[in-house]
Amino acid sequence: MKAAVLVFPGSNCDRDLAVALRGAGFDVEMVWHKETALPKVDVVGVPGGFSYGDYLRCGAIAAQSPIATALKAHAEAGGYVMGVCNGCQILAETGLLPGALLRNAGLKYICKTVPLVVETADSAFTSGYAQGDTIDIPIAHHDGNYTADADTLAMLKAEDRIAFTYGDNPNGSDADIAGILSANRRVLGMMPHPERRAEAVHGGTDGAAMFTGLADALVSA
Amino acid sequence: MQEPAITPDLIAAHGLTPDEYDSILDIIGRAPTFTELGIFSAMWNEHCSYKSSKKWLRTLPTEGPQVICGPGENAGIVDIGDGQAVVFKMESHNHPSYIEPYQGAATGVGGILRDVFTMGARPIAAMNALSFGEPAHHKTRQLVHGVVEGVGGYGNCFGVPTVGGEVRFHAAYNGNCLVNAFAAGLADADKIFYSAASGVGMPVVYLGAKTGRDGVGGATMASAEFDDTIEEKRPTVQVGDPFTEKRLMEATLELMATGAVISIQDMGAAGLTCSAVEMGDKGGLGVRLDLERVPVRENAMTAYEMMLSESQERMLMVLKPELEAEAKAVFDKWDLDFAIVGETIAEDRFLIMHNGETKADLPLSKLASSAPEYDRPWVPTPAAEPLEDVPGIDPIDGLKALLASPNYCARNWVFEQYDTMVMADSACLPGTGAGVIRVHGTDKALAFTSDVTPRYVKANPEEGGKQAVAEAYRNLVSKGAKPLASTDNLNFGNPEKPEIMGQFVGAIKGIGAACAALDMPIVSGNVSLYNETDGQGILPTPTIGAVGLLNSLDDAILGDVREGHMAILVGETTGHLGQSALLAEVFNREDGDAPHVDLEAEARNGQFILDNAANINACTDLSDGGLAMAAFELAEASGVGVTLDASDTPTLFGEDQARYLIACSFDKAEALMVAAAQAGVPLTTVGRFAGSDVTLGGTSVPLAELAEVYRTTFAATFA
Repeated sequence: MKAAVLVFPGSNCDRDLAVALRGAGFDVEMVWHKETALPKVDVVGVPGGFSYGDYLRCGAIAAQSPIATALKAHAEAGGYVMGVCNGCQILAETGLLPGALLRNAGLKYICKTVPLVVETADSAFTSGYAQGDTIDIPIAHHDGNYTADADTLAMLKAEDRIAFTYGDNPNGSDADIAGILSANRRVLGMMPHPERRAEAVHGGTDGAAMFTGLADALVSA
Repeated sequence: MQEPAITPDLIAAHGLTPDEYDSILDIIGRAPTFTELGIFSAMWNEHCSYKSSKKWLRTLPTEGPQVICGPGENAGIVDIGDGQAVVFKMESHNHPSYIEPYQGAATGVGGILRDVFTMGARPIAAMNALSFGEPAHHKTRQLVHGVVEGVGGYGNCFGVPTVGGEVRFHAAYNGNCLVNAFAAGLADADKIFYSAASGVGMPVVYLGAKTGRDGVGGATMASAEFDDTIEEKRPTVQVGDPFTEKRLMEATLELMATGAVISIQDMGAAGLTCSAVEMGDKGGLGVRLDLERVPVRENAMTAYEMMLSESQERMLMVLKPELEAEAKAVFDKWDLDFAIVGETIAEDRFLIMHNGETKADLPLSKLASSAPEYDRPWVPTPAAEPLEDVPGIDPIDGLKALLASPNYCARNWVFEQYDTMVMADSACLPGTGAGVIRVHGTDKALAFTSDVTPRYVKANPEEGGKQAVAEAYRNLVSKGAKPLASTDNLNFGNPEKPEIMGQFVGAIKGIGAACAALDMPIVSGNVSLYNETDGQGILPTPTIGAVGLLNSLDDAILGDVREGHMAILVGETTGHLGQSALLAEVFNREDGDAPHVDLEAEARNGQFILDNAANINACTDLSDGGLAMAAFELAEASGVGVTLDASDTPTLFGEDQARYLIACSFDKAEALMVAAAQAGVPLTTVGRFAGSDVTLGGTSVPLAELAEVYRTTFAATFA
């Protein structure tokens, strides 16, 4: 199993995501944003951080990076993509996922561990959970307030593409959405950080199943 | 362009006294140019030269087998075994933060991070010790929001976890807030980089952000008191760009790995001037700079402005000429400015050329070494008046009053605005004494804390100085970490006043004695004087940042309190209420002496905790609010109630030192009793953790009710 983790200038959770993927058995290669091609991998991780300083708009400049074209091609060819936090914002900016992330409703940056509800187990990323499970996963963002128009929200719901919702909405997200899936269920974007809750040292391991579940799904596929 | 004439007014405006100007004339044998005057003022101001404090700083213990590099470089370096080292320092950004809270605090964080990665260490932890005026003061709310957002805005983007810090409020900070930023990094002990240049004719390379006019004269501003012209000083505050700093850090570490770096110095206070002089002086070399090569972001900058600019995110390096191409490739990759701006020279000169004109030509070693040094007159702080009678109080009412005060309520409103978990090695988050960070890729961990109790230092500078170190020691020990070393950030008022200088001298004596007794040498630090507004000084605030080592995370004391655990007090209780939190918050009194610190008892009791960590589930030190506060904190963290047997105010709220509260099972308590008897450590069972109420002296209240007050007061006061 192979994974690539993209590195943009300002990415700062790239190492953390790579560590979590390696922990689930992936060979991980870091890919610099100026590259125009991806190595042959099963999964591309788009990490958290502040790509390009989050100047202009979170994820907007990264979505125009040379590697973004290859990322879109990988997704369109049915490859797996996991975007966490800034990575989730980047996936929204590339159009791989619908909707946008606005400034938190309280206008403050929030870093804390919050309860998430697993809304669907029907994806490689969430196959390690059961629908309805509540898991504790940290958030750390200033712009995690998910928004989409009513039709998009209805579609996400109808197609069972809401992966996670917040148990206690911390940022004003529409429909309490914390993470969503693409139509083919192979692109996941989520604001919370499963890689920060993957080892005992983190105070809990609720995030580990995201990576092991993904690995298991790839092995059995 | 015509440079201004050197007049007495211009000299005074540069913060130089007539005597200091006379020494300049002696050193160079002629009148300085305008640029030279600026350079002298940058090198000789209090902030850069430590001219009032040097004499006393020399008395601090700075050595030990664990110390790889003590004060004098960008940061201190301490051995943590297995070929690794922790690199850390604490530094103030007080004056800028009061003038422009967001940028002042942000660039304070940026500056300290740069100090750490300049030495080849990747930052792994940050802390911030913040002191504000009283909550009701009209400036306080704006400062709290601005400073906290600035700290978060910079550190979160850079990607370093904030693991601890302090937030306090007192009327003495109404006109001067304190922002003390700490950073620690991890390096291989044999791959540390220093500032001393070597070799003649080596290229002096500028990298990072472009130079602008921001911060010109900032260090001089930070060496003066405030008055009603404060708004005019706003342009001396720099503007931070954490995105550039993150790239600068990655590029610097990559560049170091290529072997191209001979020496390196970040541009902090007094920018290009201080960094170039430092590199030359430490290497016994001269430096020539050609300023037209300096990357600038504004037109028509003068030599004076370029030499004094404090634009952020800049570095100066001396590189191996044969590896210039490799070096350039790294900086091109990260899209950072890179320019050769001068060279090392054999003569002892600091030669500043601009478009072919000589703007400054000074003897470099004299410029570095002959900064004035003052033995300021000082008077010892008079002994505190004895404590007046303290009326009795229902203990639950006393505890509630503390939990409902901005000084002792939970700080989650602050810490949740900081990224406390990036790098995914956080083993213990802020809010419980010390933060703990795993050493990446190992089973080891480092613990971090910052402490001082300014009201103690004011009442009794020497005991207060000791107490700051002792509390830091205890906070590390409470997590099972062996204290390794410390950094000091000494914030005081105007040192030209003998009573302020007396506070400084007393505090240094206490800090020195405690650091020696507890084997926590001072390896780095910073002094911030002139924290006064209209003649009103702050409380003396010598912040101690300290680092401890856990050889294995298995040794950490990070457990929960469980139903049925015993509450066991380590150390001796006499019920010292002078200068206590209860006295200040409930009775609005600050009288009596500070508690005295028995350093032998501190060392003995601390060692006892470390030796018996396996029998301790949870532990906290006793400090502000004494036993009652400590018991509440342990109970609240685990959601288990607590009953304390005592009911009298001195036992519950006294602030005697060298004490810890432990939670453990009955069986483990028995083992602890035996060990304590052998070690000569006083151990007392003071109550029990159980149920869902907090019971003190027969009065009960639901834990949830107290927790609600504790968790919501901060936001209710400031949000």
